[in-house]
Amino acid sequence: MVMKSVVTAEAVWEALADIPDPEIPVISLVDLGVVKDVSVDGDRVRIAFTPTFMGCPALEVMKRELERAVEAIGGRPEVDVVMDDSWSTDRITPAGREKLREAGFAPPTPRAAGPTTLVQLQSKAFRCPYCSSTETRLENIFGPTPCRSVRYCDACRQPFEQFKTI
Amino acid sequence: MPEHSRAELLLELADDELILGWRDSEWTGIAPFLEEDVAFSSIAQNEIGHARALYELAARDLGTDADALAFDRAPEEYRCSPLVQLRLVPDWARTIARHVLYETADAIRIAHLKESDDVELAGLAGKIEREEVYHRLHAEMWLERLGAEERVRGAVDELWPYALGVLDPPLRPRLAERIGRPEVEAVERTAPGAEFAELWDEMTMVRRSAPVGAQW
Repeated sequence: MVMKSVVTAEAVWEALADIPDPEIPVISLVDLGVVKDVSVDGDRVRIAFTPTFMGCPALEVMKRELERAVEAIGGRPEVDVVMDDSWSTDRITPAGREKLREAGFAPPTPRAAGPTTLVQLQSKAFRCPYCSSTETRLENIFGPTPCRSVRYCDACRQPFEQFKTI
Repeated sequence: MPEHSRAELLLELADDELILGWRDSEWTGIAPFLEEDVAFSSIAQNEIGHARALYELAARDLGTDADALAFDRAPEEYRCSPLVQLRLVPDWARTIARHVLYETADAIRIAHLKESDDVELAGLAGKIEREEVYHRLHAEMWLERLGAEERVRGAVDELWPYALGVLDPPLRPRLAERIGRPEVEAVERTAPGAEFAELWDEMTMVRRSAPVGAQW
């Protein structure tokens, strides 16, 4: 394969598309929606990276992986961490949602107009990723990582992890 | 009343979140049941994540770094509110009372910051709020379960003046309205006491004992 001397934005996006999430490797960082923007100037590549949950220990790893992927295609990376309100679980791509579901994680529900309520969490609006039943109930608002809750499916009698909507 | 500088405001917030995160983490492994081990540990992790982002913004204003602000100050330099300093393990009733009061006060403070003209501050407040929603739901769930219990009611009575001290005076009437109690004399932010000194000692021990030039 011949290396191109100039890095293009398309090449960068392509390189980033293969980086798995460090904690849930079935989904890529691009599918997760944390790459907000890519801009290229010669071999300088700037990536705007929006962290997910702020206390997530995977964030440093994500940042490093983004840098490595850019270096691998001959770019000089600059990753800007954007700590604003722009990332929400609505940024996870449809393909990413499907990959999560296949791996047994219920993808986040779309954000509603108002903040999530206890009544919503305790309702049957959440679908089991294994059997697709909505006969599920909230076991714990919190789970193994900050991004997940734990629910239980009464139809297939299986506990499962539900991504929080934020 | 003198205006806070942005760095002062950020340090108050960051210190509150760091110290509450520390106190919440004291339940890890000893909460009444496993789900609550998970919940309080997760909440602690979120709060410390918020503290980090707040310290990072403050550090830019002050020309230092987040770790230096979090761990290199002397105990008397911290600005955290007395409510978050209290060591409440193993008292679940007081823990739930503080959780409800702090999260309610914090929601008012964050909503206020989201309206700030300072886009960095408003953006960060918006990001923090996304996670705090779940802390409030957890607190609400426990209030539904235990709010009528005498021990929890007594703990809310005891901690109410502390809760008011989390907020700047102009925001306190909103807290009084949401909690449904009259404003009383608040326990204000002052130089932290002995209970905090002990926490500080434990919290900064690793950093203080690290060899010069160690990278984290």
